[in-house]
Amino acid sequence: MQRIGVFVCWCGSNIAGTVDVHAVAEALKLEPGVVFSIDYQYMCSQAGQNIIKEAIAEHKLTGIVVCSCSPRMHEATFRKTAQAAGINPYMVEIANIREQCSWVHKEMPIGTEKAIILGKAAIAKVNLNAPLTPGESPVTKRALVIGGGIAGIQTALDIADAGFEVDIVEKKPTIGGKMAQIDKTFPTLDCAACILTPKMVDVAQNEKIRIFSYSEVTQVKGFVGNFDVTIKKNARYVKEDLCTGCGACVEKCPQKKVPNEFNLGMDNRRAIYIPFAQAVPKVATIDPNACNMLKNGKCGVCSKVCAAGAIDYTQKDEFIEEKYGAIVVATGFNPISMDKFDEFAYSQSKDVITSLEFERLTNAAGPTAGKLLRPSDGKHPHTIVFVQCVGSRCSSCAEKGKEYCSKICCMYTAKHAMLTRDKYPDTEVYVFYIDVRTPGKSFDEFQRRAVEEYGVHYIKGMVGKVAPEGDKLMVHASDMLANKQLHIEADLVVLAAAIEPDKSARPLATMLTASMDTNDFFTEAHPKLRPVESPTAGVFLSGACQGPKDIPETVSQASAAAAKVIGLLAKDKLTGNPCIAHSDEMMCNGCSSCERVCPYGAITYQDKEFRMPNRTTAIRRVASVNPAVCQGCGACTVACPSGAMDLRGFATKQIIAEVDAICK
Amino acid sequence: MQKITRNALVEKAVAMLNDGAVSRVLGWRAGEFGYDITPSVFTEAKDIEENFVWNDFCGANFSKYLVAQTRKGEGKILVFLKPCDTYSFNQLLTEHRFDREKVYVVGIPCEGMVDIAKVKKLCGDGISAIECGEDSLAVTTIYEDAPIAVSTKDVLAERCLSCKSKKHVAYDELLGEEGEVLDSNRFDEVEKLEKMTADERFEFWQSQLSKCIRCNACRDICPACTCEKCVFDNPNSGAENKAPATSFEEKMFHIIRAFHVAGRCTDCGECSRVCPQDIPLHLLNRKFIKDIDAFYGDYQAGEEVGSRAPLVNYTKEDLEPSEVFERGDGANA
Repeated sequence: MQRIGVFVCWCGSNIAGTVDVHAVAEALKLEPGVVFSIDYQYMCSQAGQNIIKEAIAEHKLTGIVVCSCSPRMHEATFRKTAQAAGINPYMVEIANIREQCSWVHKEMPIGTEKAIILGKAAIAKVNLNAPLTPGESPVTKRALVIGGGIAGIQTALDIADAGFEVDIVEKKPTIGGKMAQIDKTFPTLDCAACILTPKMVDVAQNEKIRIFSYSEVTQVKGFVGNFDVTIKKNARYVKEDLCTGCGACVEKCPQKKVPNEFNLGMDNRRAIYIPFAQAVPKVATIDPNACNMLKNGKCGVCSKVCAAGAIDYTQKDEFIEEKYGAIVVATGFNPISMDKFDEFAYSQSKDVITSLEFERLTNAAGPTAGKLLRPSDGKHPHTIVFVQCVGSRCSSCAEKGKEYCSKICCMYTAKHAMLTRDKYPDTEVYVFYIDVRTPGKSFDEFQRRAVEEYGVHYIKGMVGKVAPEGDKLMVHASDMLANKQLHIEADLVVLAAAIEPDKSARPLATMLTASMDTNDFFTEAHPKLRPVESPTAGVFLSGACQGPKDIPETVSQASAAAAKVIGLLAKDKLTGNPCIAHSDEMMCNGCSSCERVCPYGAITYQDKEFRMPNRTTAIRRVASVNPAVCQGCGACTVACPSGAMDLRGFATKQIIAEVDAICK
Repeated sequence: MQKITRNALVEKAVAMLNDGAVSRVLGWRAGEFGYDITPSVFTEAKDIEENFVWNDFCGANFSKYLVAQTRKGEGKILVFLKPCDTYSFNQLLTEHRFDREKVYVVGIPCEGMVDIAKVKKLCGDGISAIECGEDSLAVTTIYEDAPIAVSTKDVLAERCLSCKSKKHVAYDELLGEEGEVLDSNRFDEVEKLEKMTADERFEFWQSQLSKCIRCNACRDICPACTCEKCVFDNPNSGAENKAPATSFEEKMFHIIRAFHVAGRCTDCGECSRVCPQDIPLHLLNRKFIKDIDAFYGDYQAGEEVGSRAPLVNYTKEDLEPSEVFERGDGANA
C-alpha cells in the first residue's frame, strides 16, 4: 500500500476563487492510501515545495498527488521536489484543478466537487504507480534544415558557426527562396539580392554545410537526437560535381518556350536552366517536362556544348539516408492562388498582377530589366491601383481566402507605392486598404513617408470590381471615409495576395509527427514561451512555416531556432522518457500489430524458447521494445489484441483506475 | 452434396502418411451424433481409412488448430482447407502464428455446409441419423418411421448462402477444381440492422446477447482469437469474468471480442456455427468489415499474407475521424 500525501494549491485566487481548496484537502484525506493532506497558497513556491519535502520525511510518503495547474506547467517542478526529498519522481501525479476545473467553472460548489473527483482519480493512479528510471540516448551531432530560403539559410549558418554539421534540403534547384525574388526590402529599401546573395555564398563555402538542392525529404524515422531521414535527390540530368555553371548549355538550348517560374511565368526560360545569375549551387538543371532529349530522345545539344561533360540524360533520382540530431522546418510560404478572386479580373487581364509579380517587374534581373512596364503591351503605366488584403482577413469568405492577416502586405505595398512614385513621379498611385497595420521598428514612419512625402493616395475602402475596358482597367471601389463610390481608370492593378504555408508543409508535418493549425502553419510548443520549438521533441520551426513573417522577424526566429538546435547538439546524451512501452513476453502473440502501428520503428521481434505445459518447450515469436527509440505514444498498447503491450506510467490498469475513480 | 469425394481425401492423406511426407493429418471424425462432425488429428493410415469423415457437416475450419499442432511433434501436418478456411490460414500467417514450413495444405472445394439448427427446425429433435444425398438429406428421427427428405439448399448455413469466395487463397496442392471469388450478398443482413433505429437495434442485440451463456465456444473456435492468454482469462486485464453478472456485461464480452478481431476477422462464420444459443455473432464482425470497406476501401483480411490491415496502417488518404463519424451517421455503430 502506498503512503500518499495530497497537496492542494490555491494558485492565489486562480484556483481558490472557484474551488474550496480546504474542502478538497479534507475530502481527499479519506481516500485509500492517503496519509496526509494539506492546502497552501502557492505550492510551486519555495515554501510550498518545502511543505512537500517536510511531509515526505515526516509521514514517510511513497506517493505524491499535487492538485494544481496543468502538468505541462509544473509537473517537472514537483517531480524534482520529490526527488530532492528522496522519492522517485515518477511517484508524483498532478491533478489539474486549474485549467480543467477552476478556470472553466464559475460556481464554487461545482468547481469543488470536480476538483475532488480529479484528485481522487490522481490518487487512484498513484496507488498503482511504480518507480521508474529514465534511460539515456546518444545525440547525432548534425542538423537538418528543410527549406533553403532566408530562414533556412540563417539557421544553417548559425548552427554551422557553432561548429556543427548542417544539411539544407531545398526542393528548388537553388537556395534563396522567396527573398531571392524580391526587389527591395522594407523599411531601408536596400536591394534584397545585395544582402541575400552574400549569405547564399557563405552557405556554399561553409565546409560544415551541405546543400541538397532539387531534393526533398521523403521519410523521417527515429526521435530527438536520433532521426533517420531519407532525402530524395531528384535527377537534374546534370552532374553537379562537374557543372561549372558557365551557362553555355542554356544559351544553346533550342527549347525556348518554357514559362520561367522564377519570374512567375512573365517570361520564358530554356529547358536546361539556371534559375538566376547568383543561384547556389550554380548548376544547370534540365526540366524533364520540357526537354526534347528526355521526352523523345531528339536533341542532345546541351551535351554537345558542355565542355565539362556534365550532362547525363540517364541520371536517376537518388535516395540518401542520413542521421540527424535535430530537424529545423523552414518550408516558408507562397502567395495564394487568385483563381477564386474573379472580381479583380486577375485571370482576364494581364495587367492585373500580384505583388510578387510586381517585385519581378521592378527588378533589374526581371522580365522587363527593371523598367515598370505593363505586361500586356509593354507601355509605361500612369495610374496604378494597389489592393490590399486580397484573401487576407477573409472571415466571411473562408472558402476563398484566409481568415488571418498576412502581416507583410501593408509594408510591401507601401514600399511598392513609394518606389513607383520615386522612380516615376508622373504616375498616380492609389492604395485601397481595410486598415494599415505597420507595427515594427521604423515601419510606421516608412508608411507615413509614402503618404506624406511621396503623395501616395491611401484610401480606406475595398475594391469591389475590376473591369477591363479596352486597354484600361476600370476599378470600382468605395471610399469609406468620404462615404462615396470611386471609379478609377487604371493602367495596372496590383493585388496584395494573402500568403499561405507551402504545400509541402502538411505531408512533412505528418512525417515529422509535428502538429499544425487549421491553416497548415506549424504549431509551436508554446505560443509565447517556446515559439521556435514544435511540440515534437527535436523538431524546430524557422520562418513563415510557423506564421506570416517579414524578413527581420524571419531572421530573428531563424537564429532563435539555431540557438535551440545548438543547445540540443551540444549535449552528448539525452535523458529519455521512462514512460515507454514494454511487452509481456508470456502474453505476446508475435502478431506484428504493434510493429505496424509504431511510428518510431521501436519494436522488433525475436524467436524465444518458452516452457509450455507438460515439460515441453516451444519457440515463440515475441515483441521487444527498444527503450531508446520508444517515445511512449502508446499506439502499440491499443493495437495489441492480447494486452501484452503496456505503457510504463500510463498502464491500462492505471487509466482504468482513474476512470473508475471518476465514475464512482 | 460435396463434389469432391471422401475417397479422394482419404487416398491423399493415406499416401502422404505412408511415404512419410507428413506425420499427422488434420481431418474430420464422427462425433456423438451423425451431424456432429469433430476435428481430429490422425496419425495412422488405418484410422483414416476407417474413421475419416467428409460430408455436408464438415464445417469446422482447421486453420486455428495449426497454432497448437505446429508446436507439437515432428514432421509436417497435412491439413484440408476449404476456400473460406484459407483466408483464416493466411491471416494467421500474417500474424506469424505458426510456421508455414510445418504445414502441407491440401485445398478442397466446398459446396456449402449444412446448418444443423435449420435441419432441426424442419425435422424436430431426436435426430438419430442423417444420410447426405445428391442434393438432399435423409433425416431419421426417433419419432418417425421413415427418414424425412430435406433439400440441402434449404438447410445451408447462412455463411454458405452468402459465400464470399470459392477460391483458395493458399494451398500446396489443390484437389478438384479452383473456384472464383464471389460477388456475395453478405452485407444484406448488416444493412437490415443499420436501417433499424438505435432503439430497435439495441433491442435486437439485447435479445440476442442475453441468450449468451458465456460458454466461450465462439472465442475458442475463432481463428482470430489465438492470443497466448485471452484477456477474458487474464486476471490482470480487468476484463476477466466467467459469467455475466449483469445484462451489461453479457454484451461487453461480445463487443470487446468484436473490437479485438476487428480488421483481422476473415468472416469465416465459425462463431455463429458453434454458438449453442444460435446468436448471429458473425453479424457484429461483418458490420466492422463493412465499415472498414466503406471508410478505407475494400479490404479482405487473409486475402494475402502480410497485407497491412487498414486499422493498423496509416496512409495520407485515410479519413479524418470526424469524417468517419459523419459518414457512419454517428449512431450506426
